[in-house]
Amino acid sequence: MQNLESIVRAAKTAFATALDPDALEQAKARYLGKSGQITVLLKELGKLAAEEKRKVGAAINQAKAAVETALAERREAIRQAELSARLAEEALDVTLPGRGEAQGGLHPVTRTLERIEQLFASLGFAVADGPEIETDFYNFTALNTPEDHPARSMHDTFYLLDEDGRLAKGLLLRTHTSPIQARYMQAHVAKYAGQETMPEIRIIAPGRVYRVDSDATHSPMFHQVEGLWVGENVSFADLKGVIADFLRRFFETDDLKVRFRPSFFPFTEPSAEIDVAFTHGTQQWLEIAGCGMVHPNVLSRAGIDPEKHTGFAFGFGPDRLAMLRYGVDDLRLFFEGDLRFLRQFV
Amino acid sequence: MQFSESWLRTFVNPALSSDELAHLLTMAGLEVEATEAAAPAFTGVVVAEIVSVSKHPDADRLNVCQVDVCDGALRQIVCGAPNAAAGLKAPCALPDAVLPGDFRIRVARVRGVESSGMLCSARELGISEDAAGLMSLPSDAPAGESLRDYLDLDDCRHTLKLTPNRADCLSLSGIAREVAALTGARLVLPEISPVAVTRSQTRAVSLQAPAACPRYCGRIIGGVDAKAPTPEWMRRRLLRSGLRSVSALVDITNYVMLTLGQPLHAFDNARLSGDIRVRMAAAGEKLLLLNGQEIALSDDILVIADATGAKAMAGIMGGEESAITLDTTEVFLESAFFAPAAIAGRARRHNFSSDASHRYERGVDWENCARALEYASALIMEICGGAAGAVTDAVVEEHLPRRAVVRLRPPRLAKVLGTPFRAAEITQYLTRLALPFTRESTDFLVTPPSYRFDIAIEEDLIEEIARVHGYENLPAPEPKGQLAMLPQPENRRALSRLRQQIADRGFQEVINYAFAPEDQERDLAANVAPVRLANPIASQLAVLRSSLLGGLIDNLVTNLKRKQSRVRLFETGRCFAYAKDGHRQPWHLAMLAYGPALPEGWGREKRATDFFDLKGDMESLFAPAKLAFIRGEHPALHPGRAAHIQWAGRVVGYIGELHPQWTQKYELPAAPVVCELELEALASRTLPAYAEVSRFQPAIRDLAVLVDQSLPLDDILRDMKAHAPQQVCDIHLFDLYQGKGVPEGRKSLAFRIVMQDTQRTLSDADIDLAVTGIIACLEQHFQAQLRT
Repeated sequence: MQNLESIVRAAKTAFATALDPDALEQAKARYLGKSGQITVLLKELGKLAAEEKRKVGAAINQAKAAVETALAERREAIRQAELSARLAEEALDVTLPGRGEAQGGLHPVTRTLERIEQLFASLGFAVADGPEIETDFYNFTALNTPEDHPARSMHDTFYLLDEDGRLAKGLLLRTHTSPIQARYMQAHVAKYAGQETMPEIRIIAPGRVYRVDSDATHSPMFHQVEGLWVGENVSFADLKGVIADFLRRFFETDDLKVRFRPSFFPFTEPSAEIDVAFTHGTQQWLEIAGCGMVHPNVLSRAGIDPEKHTGFAFGFGPDRLAMLRYGVDDLRLFFEGDLRFLRQFV
Repeated sequence: MQFSESWLRTFVNPALSSDELAHLLTMAGLEVEATEAAAPAFTGVVVAEIVSVSKHPDADRLNVCQVDVCDGALRQIVCGAPNAAAGLKAPCALPDAVLPGDFRIRVARVRGVESSGMLCSARELGISEDAAGLMSLPSDAPAGESLRDYLDLDDCRHTLKLTPNRADCLSLSGIAREVAALTGARLVLPEISPVAVTRSQTRAVSLQAPAACPRYCGRIIGGVDAKAPTPEWMRRRLLRSGLRSVSALVDITNYVMLTLGQPLHAFDNARLSGDIRVRMAAAGEKLLLLNGQEIALSDDILVIADATGAKAMAGIMGGEESAITLDTTEVFLESAFFAPAAIAGRARRHNFSSDASHRYERGVDWENCARALEYASALIMEICGGAAGAVTDAVVEEHLPRRAVVRLRPPRLAKVLGTPFRAAEITQYLTRLALPFTRESTDFLVTPPSYRFDIAIEEDLIEEIARVHGYENLPAPEPKGQLAMLPQPENRRALSRLRQQIADRGFQEVINYAFAPEDQERDLAANVAPVRLANPIASQLAVLRSSLLGGLIDNLVTNLKRKQSRVRLFETGRCFAYAKDGHRQPWHLAMLAYGPALPEGWGREKRATDFFDLKGDMESLFAPAKLAFIRGEHPALHPGRAAHIQWAGRVVGYIGELHPQWTQKYELPAAPVVCELELEALASRTLPAYAEVSRFQPAIRDLAVLVDQSLPLDDILRDMKAHAPQQVCDIHLFDLYQGKGVPEGRKSLAFRIVMQDTQRTLSDADIDLAVTGIIACLEQHFQAQLRT
């Protein structure tokens, strides 16, 4: 029996010193193999008397189980060690940069326009579009600005030549997005002609506009967003409410002061300019939009009865809004295509 | 319009600071753009008279002056100014005075001589840049008086940005009237009484175009001294209202215009002959204007003529020939009403404007003509002397403007402004605005005064009420409206989504001017007849672009200069071209890719972007549409590396590598790949429609063939698909090989053929039949050789 104990002890030592699966298998063979010590003892059991055999047999089996357990434990330990080694070897430098295409981005003005569109869409304003080569009629006359009206000198208009190099009569590059108002109202009236009630008009119209002006704060091409809401009960107070709501949502701040100040546009009456100031920073008032109640002449011209319907219109400068929102201090940066600037808006 | 605040305060003097006054005007629609102090802050400076001057004993350039500031004894002041002389009056800063820049004056010894104060130049006081010597004051300046009081240096100059509707505020009295309405302060306008008529000379006036000029007042003033100096107070008021002093007669006409808003014109009466005729110009009639410009008049221009011809463009500018000079002794003074429609736009047509035309085209008060004439006469006689003849006041009553009654209905007022007003409030506001009214039931019937050209309809009155009430005081409720869902067409490709998809593929959006250089249009778009501007801002921006490509190339050049090695850009915008019935202005999309195919980095393929990268972008962006790429030429592109993009049977754009010629011209190290599309053509997309998904396993067979190298893949694929049985659901190229093992002039194409039936599993026989059919097709139609 003493012998059995020393065999088990020796086996455990042999297993513990085996460092890899091969060495372990060899050690196993020495004890549990065909001619292993335990196997030999078991084979010799036959020579013993029955009584003796049962007793010794039980002892040998016990020893064998102990050796097998030690073997299994050692196998698991070696497997674990090998796995750990492999995992350590496979470790990555996770700080290396990822691969693939870099993200591009939208222009800050586009970003701003889309934001404006989304905010107004949430109030049911659809997006409308119109031509950039516009007729004198829609750009001015339909907007209550007849030829020689002093207000025309407020707009330095780009005129066009025709194919023969003569001044193209009645054509220009639109100086504002307001002609879309006139076009849209006309189309809306035509669409619902003969119906008892005309649905409300709620649109915004973003786009590029042109004026003969170029310096640090003026670009010959810039953007505007026109807005129009015409219905049976649309008032100047509603205009104030919509604009105030929009500006709070757009700038996502309550640190914002908005003021409406009387102004003049031939196509609105009463008319106002909208100024904003941030309560932090310079607190300077900045002009960001013109607006007003659609002039009855403009409504009538589009076929809308100004006694029944009223409406407001506004025109924002999204370039200016983008500058305020993102802290851009030079309008010209928007139109230079410099990636170092543009990539900041990804 | 600029004005001196202290001048304004002679008409109306509300208890407001300069800033408060500016705010009040701004918030009433008369925007104050700028407010400038007449002089910076300083204290302790008085008018001084230099009594005697002697040389400083120890300094060549210094003088010792005895100065009288009327405070008991003479002061001794050391002074280095070259113009210091006995009898000169100049500003003197007394001890303890603080000059601009926080410079304190003390009693000091200058080279051993005591100096108790400092005689000042205009620059030392911040009044002007003049530092040549002491600021010389008029000889009648009262010694000892505070300089700030004497020169009214606490005054401010305000600059108004007036909207075109407020012609009535183009004068001090107009602004004063407005301030009075807004504040309730008392308005005191200048008292004007007719001057004594002591000369019998008159000049008859005939109104030959009475619709354009229904009233013309004129008079002769003889015996004037045109060389008389303009009084200091008038000169100062003019200067602080933005007008430089010219000569007494001109200054007086300007002064009256600024005071009352009535433009005046003074002719040299000796250079007029016969009656004054106010008539339309004869077409082609010539007139040399005061600004030196000689213009050929057209027949819609109103002129003031005498027996010999046109002497002035009425209400716009006088003629050189009849202009007053310093030698003029007899003036013919004009104060007239010209209808806005007769003046509007005429000056602009000849590229100038004048203070007179600015006022006339907006509207001048016709009831003010005689009054202004009398005021100017009185000032001329006071300053230049002379005696006045009787006023000729020619009027054609029926052509004078008439102010129609405008009805204001309180319910309409409430509807438009969104808040009700009580009758008492309306009454109060109309009264403050000096708008006369009567009542009819609940309505107000307003007759606008002659100086208001901006009140013709009810909305104009509504604006007036809102203005005086204060826009700020109107409510701003949460908006209420009819709820209506916006359409969301699923079969339209939204531009916003497309732009985002392009950005997601690594492209940066740019926005370029719609103006293009003409040579770029010719080079890159072969556009020899671009839409041309009549008045471009610069000759290189004289035409409108017909393609977005030029802008992207310019952006590439700019960015390469800034050391960007990988540039991927896109733009969407309208392009312009002449068309049969006007212009085409379609929306385009253009993209440009330059540099490595992938951003620089570790462990990745390093190769330049090529045609197929951008083609892949296009295919993904417009999926599920299957765009066709047809080999074709384009002026901007490499002829062997260019394709027309077709969709629904028409060419909608192009894609390709920039032509080496342009790569060289724009000094690009390598050619970018570019594409441009008409967006409208691709705006529609199909709605997804379900097709049954087969429950049976697909069969896949690969097939490699050798074909002639020049054969386009599309032709082969189209043919294969056309001749494949219906169970073949996909054939695509998975490898292309040329090189070792493939004969010269041939290429190896490897296709994967996917077959499937929705009803059953395909048998080997089915599959073999299909493949054999395809191979036969390839062999017969393309002389393909099966590779094994």
